Amino acid sequence: MEYEFHFEVVFRNSGMLLEGAWLTIQLSFAATVLGLLVGILGALCKTSGIKPLDWIASAYVEIIRNTPFLVQIFFIFFGLPSLGIRMSPLQAALVALTANLGAYATEIIRAGIEAIHRGQIEAGLSLGLSRLQVFRYVVLFPALKTVYPALSSQFILLMLGTSVVSQISAEELTHIANFLHSRTFRNFEIYFVVLLMYLAMSTMFRALFHVTYLYAFGRKR
Amino acid sequence: MSLVQIEKVYKKFGDLQVLEDISLNVEEGQQIAIIGRSGSGKSTLLRCINGLEPINQGNIHVDGDLVNGQKTNLKLLRQKVGIVFQSYNLFPHLTVERNITLAPTVVKKFALADARALAHEVLRQVGLEDKIDSYPDQLSGGQQQRVAIARSLAMQPKVMLFDEITSALDPELIGEVLKVLEYLAQQGMTMILVTHEMGFAQRVADRVVFMHEGRIWESGPPEQLFASPETPELDSFIRAIL
Amino acid sequence: MLLRDFGHGDILLLIYATRWTIALSLIAFAGGGLFGFAFTILRILPIRLLNYLSSAYIQIIQGTPLLLQLFVVFFGLAILGWDVSAWTAAAVALIAYTSAFLAEIWRGCIQAIPKPQWEASSSLGLGIFQLLWYVIMPQAIKISIPPTVGFLVQVIKGTALTSVIGFVELTRTAQLINNVTLEPFAVYSVIAVIYFSLCFPLTSLSRRLERRLNVSSAN
Ligand SMILES: Nc1ncnc2c1ncn2[C@@H]1O[C@H](COP(=O)(O)OP(=O)(O)O)[C@@H](O)[C@H]1O
Ligand SMILES: [Mg+2]
Repeated sequence: MEYEFHFEVVFRNSGMLLEGAWLTIQLSFAATVLGLLVGILGALCKTSGIKPLDWIASAYVEIIRNTPFLVQIFFIFFGLPSLGIRMSPLQAALVALTANLGAYATEIIRAGIEAIHRGQIEAGLSLGLSRLQVFRYVVLFPALKTVYPALSSQFILLMLGTSVVSQISAEELTHIANFLHSRTFRNFEIYFVVLLMYLAMSTMFRALFHVTYLYAFGRKR
Repeated sequence: MSLVQIEKVYKKFGDLQVLEDISLNVEEGQQIAIIGRSGSGKSTLLRCINGLEPINQGNIHVDGDLVNGQKTNLKLLRQKVGIVFQSYNLFPHLTVERNITLAPTVVKKFALADARALAHEVLRQVGLEDKIDSYPDQLSGGQQQRVAIARSLAMQPKVMLFDEITSALDPELIGEVLKVLEYLAQQGMTMILVTHEMGFAQRVADRVVFMHEGRIWESGPPEQLFASPETPELDSFIRAIL
Repeated sequence: MLLRDFGHGDILLLIYATRWTIALSLIAFAGGGLFGFAFTILRILPIRLLNYLSSAYIQIIQGTPLLLQLFVVFFGLAILGWDVSAWTAAAVALIAYTSAFLAEIWRGCIQAIPKPQWEASSSLGLGIFQLLWYVIMPQAIKISIPPTVGFLVQVIKGTALTSVIGFVELTRTAQLINNVTLEPFAVYSVIAVIYFSLCFPLTSLSRRLERRLNVSSAN
């Protein structure tokens, strides 16, 4: 059996695909920023030493990490309306992605905080720095340096994960692919090109994060 | 009033009595050596003096200010009390110069140029002017410890506390750090130092304090204490060390 | 289509469907482990071209969404003239996915073995395979267990995506039940609980093993 490839169908619709990719990127960044805030809050709860806060944060992290993202998004988009919480596909996608990144970021940031040696903090205090100044000048930079690599791989995973929100018709890249598939039936060509688009995006962002890391945390002399 | 005045201090960690009825006065320009077994409360005493640990009973005054008061400004107090730890605790992400200028600029609001001049001055005192642009991990342990001393000196403290600052060092690096301490003693710096270097304590200290089980067990001039210990505990401690 | 209430029968159906999720996870894990091992070896053998090919494969899999990998395999195999079921496509895609991640995890474990161990044994005249087999593997396997168990959780969660290409496992069954009961809140809550009870024990096992490893290496 000979199959004739028709990639021109894909390129004719490249405008739509690029728009989908752009929405994927926007969604990823928005969820990352919001998810980081959630992660910082979660890490503070887990390191606060206040038992109930620790439990709530731990339960949240474990529920998210031990259930499939697809199920979470179905639950949020289809399930929550029975509680009167109704969201557009894009809103539901953003909530689900944020909740996800927040859970992983909680663990990463907590590890970053705990990696700071107590002696460093005491040295700062002994020099007369206030707690806030110790955080700002002594703790923050090394903590960011420790968590940055893990957080940037988490961003890539999140971006790849956004493809799943196509299943509730949020119009990101994979949803566009599904749409073109139903209209043109050139399914292999479409999905193959879209796969390459994701590969290009993740490669690009990985390189970007690497350069940023070197610039921000490498030594200048 | 003495520069450091410790009166009947008690301190517990949970149920563990770590300091018991500690009283000690240190005059300006004096050097005091604290010796004693591991776990006898030496580090805890130093940490109480600059307010890193709260105490349960008694009073500690430094330069007339109460350390353990409700309204004590610990930030101001700590500018008068320098402390150097066994693990040097330099800030790994900052150069030697920035390690030193950080507190003067941030806490005392020195202009950067003034703080830099100060950094040069204190580094000269510890013999490390040429390392000003290095990062901590590019220095040997002895050099890092000297930078840590310089960092404390830059705050121009009234009294310096040293907690076994040579214990983590390779033997061949101990000498360079002790030399800095001797130099500071000659300059008239008030110092309280916990040490296991008995020869050094004998040379430099005006008074030696032997701690045992959270108490000041014995104290006096070094010659007297080392030559004729009054208690069997000090006697066996000295034998074990020598 | 007739609507009915979500009841005991549906819960039984869901539990029944769970065996497909488990079966697919096991196949993905076994196949992925086999190929993953091969890719690990290809990456550390001193043959540039093989290192390069193997790491390119890993980067492609790790740089693209599993959902798209499923689509490409599903439609790609059909183009090649194989009449594949959703079940086959799901298994192939998940094996490919699992092998890449396991290869990356295991390479990390092998490289975590300190340099002197490698040097000491090659100075004893061991060849590369002897070195790997007798010296490196036994140590690497020990540290690889916690992250490997942890990754099994990712595989189980990954199987949910095969519902999209029509493989009737747990999530797909839930969708079908939801279509006739219209009780999404209950249906998706139940399967979330089922997934959680599959994944959470593995997550905490992985964490416990990790802790034990850290304790024993600290001594
Ligand atoms: N933060 C702490 N919490 C509980 N116990 C402590 C703490 N710090 C020190 N201790 C205990 O207090 C005692 C005295 O410790 P320390 O002052 O460090 O002794 P030294 O410096 O003489 O070796 C020891 O028994 C030690 O275990
Ligand atoms: Mg001590």
